[in-house]
Amino acid sequence: MNKKQKKMLIRIILAAVMLIVLHFIPADGIVRFVLYLIPYLVIGYDILRKAFRGILNKQIFDENFLMAVATIGAIAVAVTGSGDYTEAIAVMLFYQIGELFQSYAVGKSRRNITALMDIRPDYANVWRDDRLVQVDPEEVETGTVIVVQPGEKIPIDGIVEEGSSSLNTGALTGESLPRDVKEGDEVISGCINMTGVLKIRTTKEFGESTVSKILELVENSSSRKSRSENFISRFAKYYTPAVCGSAVILAVLPPLVRMLVLSASPEWGVWVYRALTFLVISCPCALVISIPLSFFAGIGGASREGILVKGSNYLEALSKARYVVFDKTGTLTQGVFQVNGVHHGSMEEEKLLEYAALAESASSHPISKSLRQAYGREPDRKRVCDVKEIGGHGVTARIDGIPVAAGNDKLMRQLNIPYKECHSAGTIVHMAVNGEYAGHIVISDVLKPNAGKAIRALKGAGVVKTVMLTGDGKKAAEQTAEELGIDEVYSELLPGDKVAKVEELLAEKPAKAKLVFVGDGINDAPVLGRADIGIAMGAMGSDAAIEAADVVLMDDDPMKIAKGIRISRKCLRIVHENIVFALGVKFLCLILGAVGIADMWLAIFADVGVMILAVLNAVRALFVRKL
Amino acid sequence: MKKTYKIEVDCANCANKMEDAARKTAGVREATVNFMTQKMIVEFEETHEPAAVMKQVLKNCKKVEEDCEIYL
Repeated sequence: MNKKQKKMLIRIILAAVMLIVLHFIPADGIVRFVLYLIPYLVIGYDILRKAFRGILNKQIFDENFLMAVATIGAIAVAVTGSGDYTEAIAVMLFYQIGELFQSYAVGKSRRNITALMDIRPDYANVWRDDRLVQVDPEEVETGTVIVVQPGEKIPIDGIVEEGSSSLNTGALTGESLPRDVKEGDEVISGCINMTGVLKIRTTKEFGESTVSKILELVENSSSRKSRSENFISRFAKYYTPAVCGSAVILAVLPPLVRMLVLSASPEWGVWVYRALTFLVISCPCALVISIPLSFFAGIGGASREGILVKGSNYLEALSKARYVVFDKTGTLTQGVFQVNGVHHGSMEEEKLLEYAALAESASSHPISKSLRQAYGREPDRKRVCDVKEIGGHGVTARIDGIPVAAGNDKLMRQLNIPYKECHSAGTIVHMAVNGEYAGHIVISDVLKPNAGKAIRALKGAGVVKTVMLTGDGKKAAEQTAEELGIDEVYSELLPGDKVAKVEELLAEKPAKAKLVFVGDGINDAPVLGRADIGIAMGAMGSDAAIEAADVVLMDDDPMKIAKGIRISRKCLRIVHENIVFALGVKFLCLILGAVGIADMWLAIFADVGVMILAVLNAVRALFVRKL
Repeated sequence: MKKTYKIEVDCANCANKMEDAARKTAGVREATVNFMTQKMIVEFEETHEPAAVMKQVLKNCKKVEEDCEIYL
C-alpha cells in the first residue's frame, strides 16, 4: 500500500469507529446533526472538495459529484425526516472502501503484469582498474567488454569474445530450449546465461539493444487504443450526464404526477431518495478500469510467450483474423537452401558442383551459399576471373581459363545453349561449361518442421483462407503449398508484386475479416505495413522487423501465429464479458433503484462488487500459456 | 518532438481525463496517457518549448484531476 492508500485506510477505520460509537450516544436535533457531521466529513471531505472544484473547473459530472450529491441529499432527507444519518455516512464509507480496494487491486495487478514482463537487466559487470564492478547498463559504451556470470542476464547486445555457454532465451521467446553460444557468436540482451562465464564485447548501446527495444514496444503498446477502449471513453462521456438527468427526472416527475394527476401525497422524500440511489449505482468505474486492464494483461501474457503485440488495436484486429498470407521463404521454410540433386550431368557431379561453386564464389546470394556448402571446401578464388553477374539470370565467369555459365533458363537462352527442362521442384541452376550444356543442379528450401501443423492450427483457430506468396518457381511453390495444405498460392512474384497481391486480397475480403501477412521482416516491410496486421517472425535481434511489423514473433516458430490469434480471442472475449456484465448489472440495479427495490446499501455493493469481479476477470487475460 | 513522462494517477477514468486535458493544451500535438504503465507520452508542436508546455499541461491536468502527478 502506498502512502495515499494508508491514509485512506486510517480515515475509513476512524469513520467506522465513530459511526459505531455515535450509535450508542443519545442525541437529538442539532446536536445529533453536528455529531454525525464529524464522521461524514472525515470520510468524505476530499470527495466534497473534488466535487466543488469540479464545478468550478466546469468538470461537473464525475463520480465525486455523484457521491457528493447523493450523500448530501441523503443527509437532507434525514434532517427533514427520519434523522437517520447513518446511511449517508455508510454510503460514503463504502464508496471509499471500494475506491481503496480498486486502487489497491489495480495497482497490484498492474505491478504483477509489469513484473512478468520485466526483462530489464539491472547491471552490467565491467572491468575497472583490475576489478570487476557492477555498473548501470546505460553507462556502458559500445565496444566495452562485459562479463556475464552464469545465472545473470545478458544486459547488452554483443559478440562473445571468450567462453562458451548455453543461453536461456525464454524471457524473449517463451521457448525454453537452450541455445548454445561460443566465441564469435552474436548474443542478444535479455537472454539468461546458464552454464559458463561469458566475456562479451558490446556492439550496441543499452538503449539500442534488443531488450530495450522490446521493453519500449511493450510499454508503449497500450497507448494505441483499441476500438473497445475508445468506445468506453466515449460512453463514459455521455453516460454520466445522462444518468444525472434521469435522476433529476426521477426525483421530480413522479411526485408531480402523484400530486397533480393522482391527487395523492407527493412523497418527495421517497422519490428523492430513489433518485440518489440511482446516482450511487451509476458510477462507471468497473467498465472504465477493466477494459484497458484486460488488454494490458492480454498483451502482457502474449509477450511472455514471445509474441509482442504493438497495441491493443492490433490485438483486437488479430482476434478477427480470417485470412493469413504467408511469405514462403524464412516463414514456412527455414530459408536455408540445400542442393537436392544434380541431373543430366555430362561430367562428374563433384566436378560440376566445383564449377558452380567457383562461378558463384563472389556472390552472397543464398543460392550461391548453398552451392558452396554442397561443394564442401572453400573455393579457390584465384582460379576464377571475368566474373559477370547478370541480374535475374545468373553468373558467367572463366574458371581455369574455361568459360562457365551458371544460371536459370533465361541465361541459357541468352547464350543460345540448348538446355534440358527439370521436372523436380526447386530452384534450378543450369550449367554450361565451355559453351556446352553440362547439366543442372536442383536447389530447394527446407520446410520448417512445424509448418504443416501451424497451418492446420490456423484453420482450427477460425482462419478461412491461407495464401502463400513467393518469388519461387510455380512448380516448387505448388508442391510446397500442397504439402502444407495451403489454399492458394501465387508464385514467381517480385517484391513489388507481393504488395499488389496483398492489396488485391484486401479488396476481395469482407470488411470485417482481417488480413494477416506473415513475413520474416527482412525485405517485406512494405507488405507488412499494407496488411491489416503485419506479423514479423524470427525477429530476435532484427530492428527492421520490430519497426515494420504490428506483431513481432521473437522466434521463428509458425505455430505462434495461431497461438497469437487464440490469445487475442481470449482477451477480446474477456473484454466483451466485462462490458456486458458491468453494463448488465448496472442497468438492472438502476431499474431496481428507480422502482424502489434497491436501497443505497445494495447500490454501493453493486458498484464495488461489479468492479472487483471485472478486475479479477480482466487479470485472467494474462494466463495464456495453455492456449 | 515526442517525450515520455512518468505520471501518477489512481483511476483509469482520471487517466482519460488527464489525456483530454493534455490534448487541449496549446503546444501539444498529441498526448496519450497510459494508465497501466503510468506514463504520459506527449508530442509537441515544433514552435513550442516542451518544458513550458508541460507546466501548462500539469496545471490543466490538476484542474480535472486533483490527485494526479506528472514527474517533469
